[in-house]
Amino acid sequence: MSINVTLFVQMLVFALLVWFTMTYIWPVIRQAMDEREQQIADGLAAADKGRSDLESAEAEAQTIIAAARDQARDILNKASSRATGIVDEARSQGEDEKRKRLESAQQEIDVEVNRARDELRHQVATIAVAGAEKVLAREIDAEAHRELLDRLAAEL
Amino acid sequence: MEDTHEGPANATEYIVHHLTNLHLGEGFWNLHLDSIFYAVTLGILFAGSFWFAARRATAGVPGRWQNFVELMVEFVDTQVKDSFHGSSKLIAPLALTIFCWIFLMNFMDLVPVDLLPEIGVAMGIEYMKVVPTTDLNITFGMSISVFLLMIFYSIKIKGVGGFAKELFFHPFGKWMLPFNFLLKLVEEIAKPVSLALRLFGNLYAGELIFILIALFTLSAGGHTLTETLLNVASPDTIAYLIIQVILGLIWALFHILIITLQAFIFMMLTIVYLSMAHEEH
Repeated sequence: MSINVTLFVQMLVFALLVWFTMTYIWPVIRQAMDEREQQIADGLAAADKGRSDLESAEAEAQTIIAAARDQARDILNKASSRATGIVDEARSQGEDEKRKRLESAQQEIDVEVNRARDELRHQVATIAVAGAEKVLAREIDAEAHRELLDRLAAEL
Repeated sequence: MEDTHEGPANATEYIVHHLTNLHLGEGFWNLHLDSIFYAVTLGILFAGSFWFAARRATAGVPGRWQNFVELMVEFVDTQVKDSFHGSSKLIAPLALTIFCWIFLMNFMDLVPVDLLPEIGVAMGIEYMKVVPTTDLNITFGMSISVFLLMIFYSIKIKGVGGFAKELFFHPFGKWMLPFNFLLKLVEEIAKPVSLALRLFGNLYAGELIFILIALFTLSAGGHTLTETLLNVASPDTIAYLIIQVILGLIWALFHILIITLQAFIFMMLTIVYLSMAHEEH
């Protein structure tokens, strides 16, 4: 057991091993580990971002749905009021039509009545004239007494 | 050479045989081939397997092996960041290398003490110490490297003047200059010496106890495993084998803790010493 050249050979081997580890092993492994660390950190950050994105998207979806619901309610309200309006309008038009028809029918009736009355008056006048003719036994000159007869017809 | 194939004659010879390095050359040029072989092999195992993970490393889902390597890197990185407040591209990989390599070298202690040496004998290799960290040259080789780094960083961070000032004018001012220097010298030298001796001592003692436990087989009558198995019929042999298995198991379980702890301590102290070298007083 003595110190000899083995020591120097061992120092050389040691130096070579340390150099090898320092050059080809340590930096490579360390780099892989650092990269993975970075990737995991990125992944976690992305997951967080995804979660917050999802939350904001959900909130946005909620507001959109609420707006759509409001709009739908508006449309329904408008539609129903419109429908009421149309029905009312139709009803009033119907009423108008009815009234117009009634009025025109009434007018026609009136005209017809007047005409009938006129005719009746004429016939009465004629009958009266004929009666008077008979009564008076003389022919009345129709032309001469036109004015008298018309006045009589108007009085009837 | 022939007689070694027949195994050791007695306990002393067995132990001495186990504590002798396979070497090349004499005196200072004596190279412990077995220590260097196992140190280099395990170093290549560490570097190769980690490099395998690094080459196929992806930032995506990691595989099992990459996961383990990342676990080690993260573990070492945490220790370094806790103790070392500065930026250095060297210290963390250094600490990783120290921890993994020393752990693997220590782990050779858990390989049955006679397994690899017996295979070596079968291949014609007479001596073999399989645990590199039971060799002072190996532990000192690492601790002196760390010591040189400490000096390098001290000078790099504080400058030659700053380092000299630290050597000569602390802690008692300029009037106690020689005493300061002596104190600092002891303090600094103690670091690599204690680092190397702590690791060596723990592992050497652990190895020795495994060898002593293995002596039960020798006592059971067989000089080699084959002979023991041939003698297995005798009640004595069976009793010795059972005792050896139980003791070996207990010590191995305890030793798992020690080898990990020693690797960790060496790494931690390296980080602490280097961070001290980075700090201005």
